[in-house]
Formats: sequence, C-alpha cells, structure tokens
Amino acid sequence: MKRRKFDVAAVPAKTAGAVDDRFQVATPLRKLLNKVFPDHWSFLLGEIALFSFVVLLLTGVFLTFFFEPAMTEVVYNGSYAPLRGTPMSAAYASSLDISFDVRGGLIMRQMHHWSALLFMASIVVHMLRVFFTGAFRKPRETNWIIGSLLFWVGFLAGFTGYSLPDDGLSGTGLRIASAIMLSIPVIGSWLTSSIFGGEFPGTIIISRFYIAHVLLIPGLLLALIGVHLGLVFKQKHTQWPGPGRTNENVVGERMFPRYALKQGGFFMVVFGVIALMGGLFQINPIWYFGPYEAWVVSAASQPDWYVMFLDGSTRLMPAWEVHIPIGDGYVIPPLFWPTVVLPGILVGISLAYPFLEARHLKDRKHHNLLQRPRDVPARTAAGAMALAFFVVLTLSGANDVIADKFQISLNAMTWAGRIGLLIAPPVAYYVTYRLCLGLQQHDREVLAHGVETGIIRRLPDGRFVEVHQPLASGDGHAELDYVGWVVPKKMNRLGALGPAIRGFFYPIEKPAEAPVSPGHPPVEPRTEREEIGSGEGRR
Amino acid sequence: MTSDNDRRRGLLARLRGRPAARSRGRRRLGAALRLIAALTLAGGAYTVFAPGVQAQENPPLTSAAAEGKALFDVSCVTCHGRNAQGVEGRGPSLIGVGAASVDFQVSTGRMPMARQEAQAMRKPPVFTADQVDQLAQYIQELGGGPEVPEGDLRRGADLATGGELFRINCSQCHAFGGGGGALSSGKFAPSLRPASDRQIYAAMLSGPQNMPVFGDNQITPEQKADIIAYIQETLKHDQDQGGFNLGRYGPSTEGLAIFLVGLVALVFASLWIAGKS
Repeated sequence: MKRRKFDVAAVPAKTAGAVDDRFQVATPLRKLLNKVFPDHWSFLLGEIALFSFVVLLLTGVFLTFFFEPAMTEVVYNGSYAPLRGTPMSAAYASSLDISFDVRGGLIMRQMHHWSALLFMASIVVHMLRVFFTGAFRKPRETNWIIGSLLFWVGFLAGFTGYSLPDDGLSGTGLRIASAIMLSIPVIGSWLTSSIFGGEFPGTIIISRFYIAHVLLIPGLLLALIGVHLGLVFKQKHTQWPGPGRTNENVVGERMFPRYALKQGGFFMVVFGVIALMGGLFQINPIWYFGPYEAWVVSAASQPDWYVMFLDGSTRLMPAWEVHIPIGDGYVIPPLFWPTVVLPGILVGISLAYPFLEARHLKDRKHHNLLQRPRDVPARTAAGAMALAFFVVLTLSGANDVIADKFQISLNAMTWAGRIGLLIAPPVAYYVTYRLCLGLQQHDREVLAHGVETGIIRRLPDGRFVEVHQPLASGDGHAELDYVGWVVPKKMNRLGALGPAIRGFFYPIEKPAEAPVSPGHPPVEPRTEREEIGSGEGRR
Repeated sequence: MTSDNDRRRGLLARLRGRPAARSRGRRRLGAALRLIAALTLAGGAYTVFAPGVQAQENPPLTSAAAEGKALFDVSCVTCHGRNAQGVEGRGPSLIGVGAASVDFQVSTGRMPMARQEAQAMRKPPVFTADQVDQLAQYIQELGGGPEVPEGDLRRGADLATGGELFRINCSQCHAFGGGGGALSSGKFAPSLRPASDRQIYAAMLSGPQNMPVFGDNQITPEQKADIIAYIQETLKHDQDQGGFNLGRYGPSTEGLAIFLVGLVALVFASLWIAGKS
C-alpha cells in the first residue's frame, strides 16, 4: 500500500490559491494587507476605545441571556439573603440573579461596566490627542465630528445601561433625567410623558431603555465606528513630522503582519486589563442600593464619570428661575441651563471647532502631518482651557464625596467650584500658552547651540563652561531651522551611549561595548593621587 | 396686782425688771424691733429648711449617679453648666436628654468635645465604660429621657426588613454603604463602620448633632434591631462580592479607578507595544 505524502507546509498556499480561484480576492487583499500605518503610542488610544467596545459587545450579549427587562413586581427569593423577601421589579431581581446566581455573571457584569467606563475614558483621551496634535484639520473634519458624536452616543449608551438594573442609584439617575427633560420649555412635559409612558416612573421605561441599549444605540455606535474607521482607511492616518515624512506619504509598518499582530496583541492586553478590573474591583454594587423606590435616595448618588460634569454644573448653578408672565405665568427652572443649554453649547463648539479654526487661520490646505502641541500655543491653550472647565465640573459632580472624605465644608466646595469654573480655565490658558512658548524656545536654543553634554570645561582664565554638542555638522554654530520635529535634548539620543540594550526587564543579549563618541578620546583611568604637601616630607 | 401686770407685760419689760410707763415712741420702736426679729427668724428658718424641701421632691442620687455627678462636675460642667442646666453659647442643657444621649456621645469619644466646631468628631473615648454608665445614670436621674435597653440589641432581627428601613431612613445621609456623607456647612453624617450596636441604638433614640430622633413610635425597637443587624452583619461584615470595594463611594471612585488603573495601564501597554519595532 502506498501512502500519499501529505505536505503540511503546502496547505496554506494551496488553500489560499483555491480561495482566490473562486473569489478573486488576492489583488484587493494585497492592497489591504500592504497598507501602511504610522507607529506612535498615541495612535493606539483610539484602539483602546475600539477594543473596549468589542468587550462591551461580548459581555453585553452574555448579560442579555439572563436579564429580564420588565418592571413587573416580583418578590426576590435568590441567594442574596439581605434582600430575600423584598418586593422589587423583575429587572432588578434578574440583575441580582446575574450577580449572585448565574455562574460568571458578576464578573461579566463588572467587566461590562468597567469596559463602558474605559470606552468613554479612551474616547475622551483619544479626542484630546486628536485635538492637541491638530489631526482634525482638513481633510479629517468629518471624522472629528463622528468622533464627537461617538462620545455623545456612548454617553447615551452608558446612561441607558446603568439605568437598566432598576436599583436605587439608577432610579435616582432616571428621576434626574426626567427632571431635566421636564425643564425644557414648552415641550418638556410632553417629551417626558412620551418617553416614560405617562408619569415618572411608569411601567415601561426599563423595556424601552433596554431596546435602546441593546439594539438602537449599539447599532448606531457600530455604524459610526464603521464610518470612523473607514474614513481613517480612506484618508490614511496622520503621522508625526520627521525625517522622510512628508505631507504626501505615510511612513510606518505594513498592516500585515506587523501591525495586525501588534493590534491583536494590544486587544488581548485591553481585554486582560478589563478582565482584571472586573475581577478585582467592585463596580456598581447594586445589592447595596436596593430596589428603586421613589423615597430612597442615598448620599453620594453620582452618575458615572462621563455624566458627572453635568451633575457638577447642576450643583454649581445658582437657583435662578426665569419667570415669564405669559398667561398664568411660566417658569424656566434653573436646571434647564446647566443640563440642556450647557451640553448644547458644548456639542456645538466641539462639532464646529475644525471649521472655526480653519476660518480663523484662513487655512484651506490639506494636512496629513501632525503638529506638536507646543507649536500651536493658542490651540493647545484653548484645549487646556476646555479641559480645566470639564475637570472643575466633574470634580464638582463629586463635591459631596470630596467634602466628606477630605473634611471640607460642602458649601465651601460649591463656592470653590463656582469660582474655579470662572478662574481655572483662563489660568489654564495662560499657563499652557507660556509653557508652549517656553518649550519652543528651548527647542530653538538646542538647535542653535547644540545638546548639553554634561561635560564642564575649565577655561584658561578660570571660567567654567559646559560643552555643547552641536546638532549640525560643520563648524561650530551652524543654526538649524525649527521645523516642528522632535529635537533631541540628551546625548544618548544622539547615540552617545550606544545602542539600547534589548529586553524588557533584564537584558536578553550582552550589551555592546559603548562606542567612543567622536571627537573625544576614551577616558583614561585615573592616575594615582599624589599627596600635595609642603615639601618637607620629601627631603 | 403688780405681779399680774408684770405677767401681762412683755418679755422685754420683764427683763428690764421694772415697770415702765413707756412713751408712745418707745412702744413703736419695740414693735419695729420685734418685727425685724420675726422676719429674721422666718428667713433663717426658710434658709435652713428650703433645701430639705427640694430634696423631698427629688429622691437622693443613687451611688452610681453620685459618681457620675462627680465626673460631670470635673469634665462637663464647663459647657453644660451646674446641674447640667446648660451655658448660654457654650453647651445645651442636658436635662431630659436621657441616658441614651450620654451613652452615644461619651462612649464614642465625641464628648468631651475638643473644641467648638461644626460638629463633634469621634475620638478615642475619654471615659471607661463604667464611667459612661455613671454619667448616663446621673443625667438620667437628673431629668429622665430615653434609655438604651439592656440585652442583645439585634435579637430576632430580619436583615431584609433592616435593609429596607436602612435605605429609607439612613442612606440619605450615611450613604448606601454606611460610609457617611456630607451635610451643609462642614457638618456630616459619620461613617457607621466603628459604631457598636449600642451606639447605633442610642443614636437613633437620641438624635445626636444633626441626626433626627427616631423614637420608638417612629421606628419600633424591633425595627431598630433589624436596622442594627443590617448595618453590622451586611454592611460591615459582608465581604464585598465584587472585589475591592474602592471605599464604597459610588461612581466617583470608580471613575477615578478607570483613569488611574485602567487607562494608565493601557497607556503604558501602548508605549510598550508602539516601542517594539
């Protein structure tokens, strides 16, 4: 009997050939796999958001198998003793079951919540990166707008999500949301009663939020993320300016294999960090909040961090009611300004910013190279100002917790927030502006005079000077133009220390002999010291 | 006749030993002197007998209360005044606050207060348990008031009821996890973590500082037992099922954690991955 030889090594090629015979994918696939991505750590922040979204989908699907989106009243009889026998909604009871009775349910719930927080956090940090480096400029304004919308859709996803368990905290949040909607003039009461199906809380809101949370909003997010990534592909990724990098090319790694492998690895890291947090840190312990009852509002009832700035703006807003004497009189409650008008303004400014800046600078060119934040002090300072505004509002959203744990008067916290909201942004603007100018100045200085070597030389007249290593070849002080590249500031950036030793924690190879820097002879071992005496002893 | 007359005459006249045909002026002087003497006598008698009369209304202090009074007169009298009547602008009257109040304030170290501020802070107690009892006994005998019952304060408690009552009545200020919360102007609801059964019971009965009084007609002793059991057995001794609880401050520390732990870890990971080329 003759056995046919099975050549394992030829299997992938043969399979690929067979696939290409049938679908003709080789040409487009080659183009795709050869696509080049520039490599810089700050370009991976958006990926964190993408990967946490994948984790959200995976864990979310698991949770839907066990969650019951209904407000029908049941009596809890599960394994968490301190709530046994308590009447509650089916949604809350099933959330408790997920936490205590479904195998792996609690870690799934916690991973879902942590990845939601991470999703929003990485969106914001990614957005800051894009803003401060000018990546939003033409032709990428659309992607900036989509990114901003992704924040707000993510905001809605988060809000509907943490309202679903129908525990005391989420009910408190829903009550606030209904109050915000009620504060909108003219349409407020209609809007609220149509969303809640009548008076708050009604019996339908959980079912409605559920379908919004598991179908409508994820669908919208998926669509927006798809367009976002499609545009990055189409318009190509921006890159830092540097040697060989121009506005017309992209320097980096091919999609396959390096970039794909790295991203695959990074996905595992993101997944791992979320899983660790889900397993180690307790998030949203719904069993302590109890079922939602209108008369139960716990202290330290805060929304998740990405909603907290609205809570803060509400806490800081003075109680200014606007009375409009039409008919029986009409009142615009103070809640309207910090929770409807303010986010409206923020959305408007963020969406319009690329166009506002281009209009202001009369800039109609394509930009594929990034700018270092220090090179655009006005924009960087404006960004710092926005960040300061956001941080003051977010801290004010938790001001009762801060007041209690740091033993500060809550009233003082509120006033600090009010004053800080007005003072901190301009201060941030000024400080950032000066920092940018200072950094630029130092870059230019190094370009003009060279890098500080740390070698002090004593001149014949007794003065000490530090030797500078000029960056330009040639005689002494050939000044280089500043073109927005990274300027080396340390000698080992110039190769003075030799190549870096490979290895993460310990060297995986023998370190190479440090080469002798050009122009300096190798350092001789010190000669034996001689005692300098008066000369008496030598005789 | 003369002796008859003598007998009828006043004492003073007899002492003078001679019958006198006194003038009207002298007689008036004598009357005035007699009046003064009578008034002095009555006043003296009053001063002698009055404390005795009061003591008849209040039975004398028991020995424990007397010990308590001694402690009170050393440590508390500065602010709460003599006989716990209070001092304007310094400390309130303690008449009628009852033993429960003393029990709470002194056993948690809040009293004696370090200084006048928004709220008394919990400190290591100054007095021993016996001394607290003596002080409580003194205040109780002084003016009555609520007392913490003896015995097991969570006998036959129901955790679920306790949880519900806790969330309705306590969580507004002490927060869902019992960690406490801020009130206005530097006041705060303290953490329930260090509180003993007896202290929680005493606090509910007496309503210390900014806390409302939850008398037995509002929350029955059985319900108080439920609440105490929930605090002690669920909030304090229940291990957090989800892992490290981040201080149970709600979403604010969760937000901090995602930035400080999650995002920082991932930024380092991205530095590492992007650096591999």
